[in-house]
Amino acid sequence: MLSTIAKKVFPRSLWVYHCNTGACNGCDIEILNVLTPYYDLERFGMKLVASPRHADVMLVSGAVTRPTLSIVKKAYDAIPSPKLVFGIGSCAVGGGCWFDCYNVTGGADKAIPVNFFVPGCPPRPEAIIYGVALALGLVEKKSAPIELKQMEFPIDMYERNKAWEDRNVIYELLK
Amino acid sequence: MWLTSKIKQVLMVAKPGVVTLKYPFVPRPAPENFRGQPYWDHHKCIGCGGCASHCPARTILVRDLCQELRVMVYDGSRCTYCGRCADVCPEKAITMTDRYELATGDKNDINETMELFMATCQRCGRCYDHETTNAIDKMTRIGYKYDNLEMRAVLPVSSEQFDMKLYEKTEKFKRPEKMGE
Repeated sequence: MLSTIAKKVFPRSLWVYHCNTGACNGCDIEILNVLTPYYDLERFGMKLVASPRHADVMLVSGAVTRPTLSIVKKAYDAIPSPKLVFGIGSCAVGGGCWFDCYNVTGGADKAIPVNFFVPGCPPRPEAIIYGVALALGLVEKKSAPIELKQMEFPIDMYERNKAWEDRNVIYELLK
Repeated sequence: MWLTSKIKQVLMVAKPGVVTLKYPFVPRPAPENFRGQPYWDHHKCIGCGGCASHCPARTILVRDLCQELRVMVYDGSRCTYCGRCADVCPEKAITMTDRYELATGDKNDINETMELFMATCQRCGRCYDHETTNAIDKMTRIGYKYDNLEMRAVLPVSSEQFDMKLYEKTEKFKRPEKMGE
Protein backbone atom coordinates (compact mmCIF):
# COMPACT_ATOMS: atom_id res chain seq x y z
CA MET A 1 0.00 0.00 0.00
CA LEU A 2 2.65 2.48 1.13
CA SER A 3 5.00 1.40 -1.64
CA THR A 4 2.37 1.99 -4.36
CA ILE A 5 1.64 5.46 -2.97
CA ALA A 6 5.36 6.20 -2.83
CA LYS A 7 5.78 5.05 -6.42
CA LYS A 8 3.06 7.46 -7.55
CA VAL A 9 4.22 10.41 -5.49
CA PHE A 10 7.93 10.03 -6.17
CA PRO A 11 8.32 8.68 -9.69
CA ARG A 12 11.75 8.16 -11.12
CA SER A 13 13.94 8.79 -8.13
CA LEU A 14 17.25 7.81 -9.60
CA TRP A 15 20.06 6.67 -7.37
CA VAL A 16 23.40 7.42 -8.84
CA TYR A 17 26.61 5.50 -8.78
CA HIS A 18 29.56 7.62 -9.76
CA CYS A 19 32.27 5.76 -11.62
CA ASN A 20 35.59 7.47 -12.38
CA THR A 21 37.25 5.62 -15.22
CA GLY A 22 40.45 7.57 -15.46
CA ALA A 23 39.15 11.13 -15.47
CA CYS A 24 41.25 14.12 -14.45
CA ASN A 25 38.84 14.90 -11.54
CA GLY A 26 37.47 17.95 -13.35
CA CYS A 27 34.21 16.24 -14.16
CA ASP A 28 34.12 14.61 -10.70
CA ILE A 29 34.33 18.00 -9.02
CA GLU A 30 31.48 19.27 -11.21
CA ILE A 31 29.38 16.20 -10.37
CA LEU A 32 29.92 16.83 -6.66
CA ASN A 33 29.19 20.51 -7.26
CA VAL A 34 25.82 19.50 -8.70
CA LEU A 35 24.92 17.80 -5.43
CA THR A 36 25.64 20.89 -3.32
CA PRO A 37 22.75 23.09 -2.09
CA TYR A 38 23.35 25.70 -4.80
CA TYR A 39 22.68 23.37 -7.73
CA ASP A 40 20.57 21.00 -5.68
CA LEU A 41 20.11 17.82 -7.69
CA GLU A 42 18.48 16.00 -4.79
CA ARG A 43 15.23 17.83 -5.51
CA PHE A 44 14.87 15.44 -8.45
CA GLY A 45 15.33 12.48 -6.11
CA MET A 46 18.93 11.92 -7.11
CA LYS A 47 21.22 10.50 -4.51
CA LEU A 48 24.83 9.40 -4.64
CA VAL A 49 25.24 5.81 -3.49
CA ALA A 50 28.45 3.95 -2.82
CA SER A 51 27.63 0.56 -4.27
CA PRO A 52 26.52 -0.17 -7.83
CA ARG A 53 24.06 -2.72 -6.47
CA HIS A 54 21.98 0.08 -4.94
CA ALA A 55 22.07 2.26 -8.02
CA ASP A 56 19.83 2.89 -11.03
CA VAL A 57 22.17 5.23 -12.84
CA MET A 58 25.87 5.01 -13.52
CA LEU A 59 27.71 8.28 -14.07
CA VAL A 60 30.81 7.53 -16.10
CA SER A 61 33.48 10.21 -16.19
CA GLY A 62 36.74 9.79 -18.04
CA ALA A 63 37.88 7.91 -21.08
CA VAL A 64 37.86 4.27 -20.06
CA THR A 65 41.52 3.39 -19.60
CA ARG A 66 42.87 -0.11 -20.02
CA PRO A 67 43.29 -0.93 -16.29
CA THR A 68 39.74 0.19 -15.51
CA LEU A 69 38.02 -1.45 -18.47
CA SER A 70 37.26 -4.78 -16.79
CA ILE A 71 36.23 -3.05 -13.56
CA VAL A 72 33.84 -0.75 -15.40
CA LYS A 73 32.22 -3.72 -17.09
CA LYS A 74 31.87 -5.50 -13.74
CA ALA A 75 30.32 -2.42 -12.13
CA TYR A 76 27.90 -2.11 -15.04
CA ASP A 77 26.86 -5.74 -14.66
CA ALA A 78 26.34 -5.27 -10.93
CA ILE A 79 23.66 -2.59 -11.41
CA PRO A 80 20.19 -4.14 -11.33
CA SER A 81 18.51 -4.31 -14.65
CA PRO A 82 16.53 -1.16 -15.56
CA LYS A 83 19.65 0.95 -15.67
CA LEU A 84 20.84 4.13 -17.29
CA VAL A 85 24.38 5.19 -18.07
CA PHE A 86 25.41 8.84 -18.29
CA GLY A 87 28.64 9.76 -19.97
CA ILE A 88 29.86 12.99 -18.35
CA GLY A 89 32.53 15.09 -20.01
CA SER A 90 34.29 14.96 -23.34
CA CYS A 91 36.39 11.96 -22.33
CA ALA A 92 33.41 9.78 -21.54
CA VAL A 93 31.45 10.94 -24.58
CA GLY A 94 34.05 10.46 -27.28
CA GLY A 95 37.44 9.93 -25.67
CA GLY A 96 38.56 13.56 -25.55
CA CYS A 97 42.12 14.23 -26.60
CA TRP A 98 42.95 10.60 -25.87
CA PHE A 99 40.47 8.98 -28.19
CA ASP A 100 43.11 6.95 -30.05
CA CYS A 101 45.74 6.41 -27.35
CA TYR A 102 47.11 2.93 -26.88
CA ASN A 103 45.92 2.64 -23.28
CA VAL A 104 42.49 4.20 -23.71
CA THR A 105 39.33 2.51 -24.91
CA GLY A 106 38.14 5.80 -26.41
CA GLY A 107 34.94 6.79 -24.69
CA ALA A 108 32.58 5.07 -22.35
CA ASP A 109 30.34 3.88 -25.17
CA LYS A 110 33.08 1.58 -26.44
CA ALA A 111 33.03 -0.30 -23.13
CA ILE A 112 29.38 -0.17 -22.01
CA PRO A 113 26.17 1.08 -23.67
CA VAL A 114 25.70 4.76 -22.80
CA ASN A 115 22.22 6.28 -22.81
CA PHE A 116 22.93 9.99 -22.35
CA PHE A 117 25.92 12.06 -23.29
CA VAL A 118 26.83 15.30 -21.51
CA PRO A 119 29.69 16.92 -23.44
CA GLY A 120 31.92 19.62 -22.00
CA CYS A 121 35.42 19.80 -20.62
CA PRO A 122 34.36 19.83 -17.85
CA PRO A 123 30.61 20.31 -18.39
CA ARG A 124 29.08 23.14 -16.44
CA PRO A 125 27.00 22.04 -13.46
CA GLU A 126 24.00 23.43 -15.36
CA ALA A 127 24.86 21.18 -18.29
CA ILE A 128 24.83 18.13 -16.04
CA ILE A 129 21.50 19.23 -14.53
CA TYR A 130 20.21 19.71 -18.06
CA GLY A 131 21.27 16.18 -19.02
CA VAL A 132 19.58 14.75 -15.95
CA ALA A 133 16.41 16.76 -16.61
CA LEU A 134 16.49 15.50 -20.19
CA ALA A 135 16.61 11.94 -18.94
CA LEU A 136 13.70 12.62 -16.60
CA GLY A 137 11.73 14.26 -19.41
CA LEU A 138 11.55 17.72 -17.82
CA VAL A 139 13.14 19.69 -20.66
CA GLU A 140 13.23 19.54 -24.43
CA LYS A 141 16.30 18.49 -26.33
CA LYS A 142 18.00 21.58 -27.75
CA SER A 143 20.89 20.21 -29.78
CA ALA A 144 20.53 19.06 -33.35
CA PRO A 145 23.08 18.29 -36.05
CA ILE A 146 24.10 21.42 -37.95
CA GLU A 147 24.61 21.31 -41.71
CA LEU A 148 26.05 24.34 -43.43
CA LYS A 149 26.23 24.74 -47.18
CA GLN A 150 27.68 27.57 -49.20
CA MET A 151 25.58 26.75 -52.25
CA GLU A 152 23.42 24.09 -53.77
CA PHE A 153 25.12 22.49 -56.70
CA PRO A 154 23.54 22.63 -60.14
CA ILE A 155 25.33 19.44 -61.16
CA ASP A 156 25.86 16.42 -59.01
CA MET A 157 29.45 16.74 -57.97
CA TYR A 158 29.09 13.99 -55.42
CA GLU A 159 28.39 11.29 -57.96
CA ARG A 160 30.82 12.56 -60.55
CA ASN A 161 33.99 11.86 -58.71
CA LYS A 162 32.84 8.81 -56.82
CA ALA A 163 35.65 6.77 -58.35
CA TRP A 164 38.21 9.20 -57.02
CA GLU A 165 36.72 9.01 -53.57
CA ASP A 166 36.74 5.23 -53.51
CA ARG A 167 40.37 5.07 -54.46
CA ASN A 168 41.58 7.29 -51.65
CA VAL A 169 42.32 5.20 -48.62
CA ILE A 170 42.92 8.14 -46.31
CA TYR A 171 39.30 9.20 -46.63
CA GLU A 172 38.26 5.83 -45.34
CA LEU A 173 40.29 6.55 -42.22
CA LEU A 174 38.58 9.91 -41.77
CA LYS A 175 35.08 8.48 -41.84
CA MET B 1 19.45 25.65 26.34
CA TRP B 2 19.12 22.95 23.71
CA LEU B 3 15.93 24.47 22.39
CA THR B 4 17.34 28.00 22.16
CA SER B 5 20.36 26.79 20.21
CA LYS B 6 18.03 25.00 17.79
CA ILE B 7 15.93 28.13 17.35
CA LYS B 8 19.13 30.09 16.72
CA GLN B 9 20.10 27.55 14.08
CA VAL B 10 16.73 27.82 12.37
CA LEU B 11 16.96 31.62 12.34
CA MET B 12 20.48 31.44 10.97
CA VAL B 13 19.36 29.14 8.18
CA ALA B 14 16.25 31.19 7.41
CA LYS B 15 18.22 34.41 7.05
CA PRO B 16 19.71 33.83 3.56
CA GLY B 17 16.53 32.20 2.29
CA VAL B 18 16.48 29.74 -0.59
CA VAL B 19 19.74 29.76 -2.51
CA THR B 20 19.06 26.84 -4.81
CA LEU B 21 18.88 27.67 -8.50
CA LYS B 22 15.66 26.85 -10.32
CA TYR B 23 17.81 26.00 -13.29
CA PRO B 24 16.08 23.59 -15.66
CA PHE B 25 12.83 25.56 -15.37
CA VAL B 26 14.43 29.01 -15.47
CA PRO B 27 17.04 29.64 -18.18
CA ARG B 28 20.52 30.49 -17.00
CA PRO B 29 22.79 32.04 -19.63
CA ALA B 30 26.48 31.34 -19.58
CA PRO B 31 28.86 34.05 -18.35
CA GLU B 32 30.78 36.27 -20.73
CA ASN B 33 33.82 34.73 -22.48
CA PHE B 34 32.38 31.26 -21.92
CA ARG B 35 33.48 28.84 -24.59
CA GLY B 36 30.59 26.68 -25.66
CA GLN B 37 29.90 24.90 -28.90
CA PRO B 38 32.02 26.31 -31.75
CA TYR B 39 30.10 27.55 -34.74
CA TRP B 40 31.29 28.02 -38.31
CA ASP B 41 30.37 30.97 -40.45
CA HIS B 42 30.24 29.30 -43.84
CA HIS B 43 30.24 32.63 -45.66
CA LYS B 44 33.55 33.64 -44.15
CA CYS B 45 35.33 30.29 -44.23
CA ILE B 46 37.98 29.90 -46.94
CA GLY B 47 38.57 26.23 -46.26
CA CYS B 48 42.23 26.50 -45.31
CA GLY B 49 41.96 23.74 -42.71
CA GLY B 50 43.96 25.58 -40.06
CA CYS B 51 41.38 24.67 -37.43
CA ALA B 52 41.72 21.02 -38.36
CA SER B 53 45.48 21.02 -38.00
CA HIS B 54 45.45 22.89 -34.68
CA CYS B 55 42.70 20.94 -32.93
CA PRO B 56 44.23 18.98 -30.02
CA ALA B 57 41.52 16.34 -30.05
CA ARG B 58 41.36 16.24 -33.86
CA THR B 59 37.64 16.90 -33.88
CA ILE B 60 37.64 18.73 -37.22
CA LEU B 61 38.10 16.57 -40.27
CA VAL B 62 38.66 17.98 -43.74
CA ARG B 63 37.62 15.94 -46.69
CA ASP B 64 37.58 16.79 -50.38
CA LEU B 65 34.65 15.09 -52.04
CA CYS B 66 35.80 16.27 -55.46
CA GLN B 67 37.84 19.05 -56.97
CA GLU B 68 35.32 21.75 -56.17
CA LEU B 69 33.70 20.51 -52.99
CA ARG B 70 35.35 20.43 -49.59
CA VAL B 71 33.48 19.00 -46.63
CA MET B 72 34.53 19.86 -43.11
CA VAL B 73 33.14 17.75 -40.31
CA TYR B 74 33.16 18.81 -36.67
CA ASP B 75 32.87 15.79 -34.42
CA GLY B 76 31.52 17.37 -31.24
CA SER B 77 31.70 14.23 -29.16
CA ARG B 78 35.35 14.62 -28.26
CA CYS B 79 35.67 18.41 -28.46
CA THR B 80 37.30 19.90 -25.36
CA TYR B 81 36.08 23.46 -26.12
CA CYS B 82 39.59 24.87 -25.88
CA GLY B 83 38.88 27.54 -28.51
CA ARG B 84 42.10 27.07 -30.46
CA CYS B 85 40.20 26.74 -33.73
CA ALA B 86 38.70 30.18 -33.14
CA ASP B 87 42.15 31.56 -32.31
CA VAL B 88 43.92 30.32 -35.42
CA CYS B 89 41.15 31.08 -37.92
CA PRO B 90 42.53 33.79 -40.24
CA GLU B 91 39.07 34.96 -41.34
CA LYS B 92 37.48 34.75 -37.85
CA ALA B 93 34.95 32.31 -39.24
CA ILE B 94 34.73 30.23 -36.05
CA THR B 95 33.06 31.69 -32.99
CA MET B 96 32.72 29.98 -29.66
CA THR B 97 29.04 30.35 -28.86
CA ASP B 98 27.61 30.30 -25.36
CA ARG B 99 25.60 27.14 -25.96
CA TYR B 100 26.31 24.55 -23.33
CA GLU B 101 23.05 22.61 -23.16
CA LEU B 102 24.32 19.91 -25.47
CA ALA B 103 23.24 16.79 -23.63
CA THR B 104 21.74 14.23 -25.98
CA GLY B 105 21.01 10.59 -26.32
CA ASP B 106 22.59 10.51 -29.75
CA LYS B 107 26.16 11.54 -30.48
CA ASN B 108 25.32 12.81 -33.97
CA ASP B 109 23.30 15.67 -32.50
CA ILE B 110 26.43 17.63 -31.59
CA ASN B 111 28.14 17.22 -34.95
CA GLU B 112 28.44 19.94 -37.56
CA THR B 113 29.11 19.56 -41.24
CA MET B 114 30.03 22.34 -43.63
CA GLU B 115 30.28 22.14 -47.40
CA LEU B 116 32.52 24.65 -49.10
CA PHE B 117 32.56 25.42 -52.76
CA MET B 118 36.18 25.65 -53.84
CA ALA B 119 36.55 27.12 -57.30
CA THR B 120 39.69 25.96 -59.04
CA CYS B 121 42.39 28.26 -60.30
CA GLN B 122 42.68 28.13 -64.06
CA ARG B 123 46.44 28.16 -63.98
CA CYS B 124 47.42 25.72 -61.28
CA GLY B 125 44.21 23.69 -60.87
CA ARG B 126 44.12 24.13 -57.11
CA CYS B 127 41.25 25.44 -55.08
CA TYR B 128 40.33 28.85 -53.87
CA ASP B 129 37.16 30.12 -52.35
CA HIS B 130 34.21 31.19 -54.44
CA GLU B 131 32.62 33.76 -52.19
CA THR B 132 32.95 37.44 -52.98
CA THR B 133 34.23 38.44 -49.58
CA ASN B 134 37.49 36.57 -49.94
CA ALA B 135 40.94 36.44 -51.42
CA ILE B 136 39.91 36.17 -55.07
CA ASP B 137 38.02 39.41 -54.79
CA LYS B 138 41.10 41.11 -53.46
CA MET B 139 43.10 39.59 -56.30
CA THR B 140 40.80 41.06 -58.93
CA ARG B 141 41.24 44.45 -57.39
CA ILE B 142 45.01 44.08 -57.66
CA GLY B 143 44.77 43.14 -61.32
CA TYR B 144 44.33 39.41 -61.63
CA LYS B 145 43.12 38.48 -65.13
CA TYR B 146 40.89 35.60 -66.07
CA ASP B 147 41.64 33.48 -69.12
CA ASN B 148 38.18 33.79 -70.67
CA LEU B 149 35.41 36.26 -70.18
CA GLU B 150 32.76 33.71 -69.27
CA MET B 151 34.61 32.64 -66.16
CA ARG B 152 35.07 36.29 -65.36
CA ALA B 153 31.31 36.61 -65.37
CA VAL B 154 30.68 33.57 -63.22
CA LEU B 155 33.37 33.46 -60.62
CA PRO B 156 32.90 36.51 -58.42
CA VAL B 157 29.22 35.79 -57.90
CA SER B 158 28.24 34.85 -54.39
CA SER B 159 25.96 31.95 -53.61
CA GLU B 160 22.81 34.04 -53.27
CA GLN B 161 23.11 35.44 -56.76
CA PHE B 162 24.31 32.31 -58.50
CA ASP B 163 23.17 32.36 -62.13
CA MET B 164 22.35 29.00 -63.62
CA LYS B 165 22.44 30.24 -67.23
CA LEU B 166 25.87 31.71 -66.90
CA TYR B 167 27.07 28.50 -65.36
CA GLU B 168 25.69 26.44 -68.24
CA LYS B 169 27.53 28.64 -70.69
CA THR B 170 30.80 27.78 -69.12
CA GLU B 171 30.27 24.03 -69.20
CA LYS B 172 32.12 23.72 -72.45
CA PHE B 173 35.12 25.12 -70.68
CA LYS B 174 37.20 22.17 -69.58
CA ARG B 175 38.07 22.40 -65.95
CA PRO B 176 41.49 21.21 -64.76
CA GLU B 177 41.25 17.70 -63.40
CA LYS B 178 42.98 15.79 -60.70
CA MET B 179 45.96 13.66 -61.53
CA GLY B 180 45.08 10.07 -62.27
CA GLU B 181 41.57 10.69 -63.49
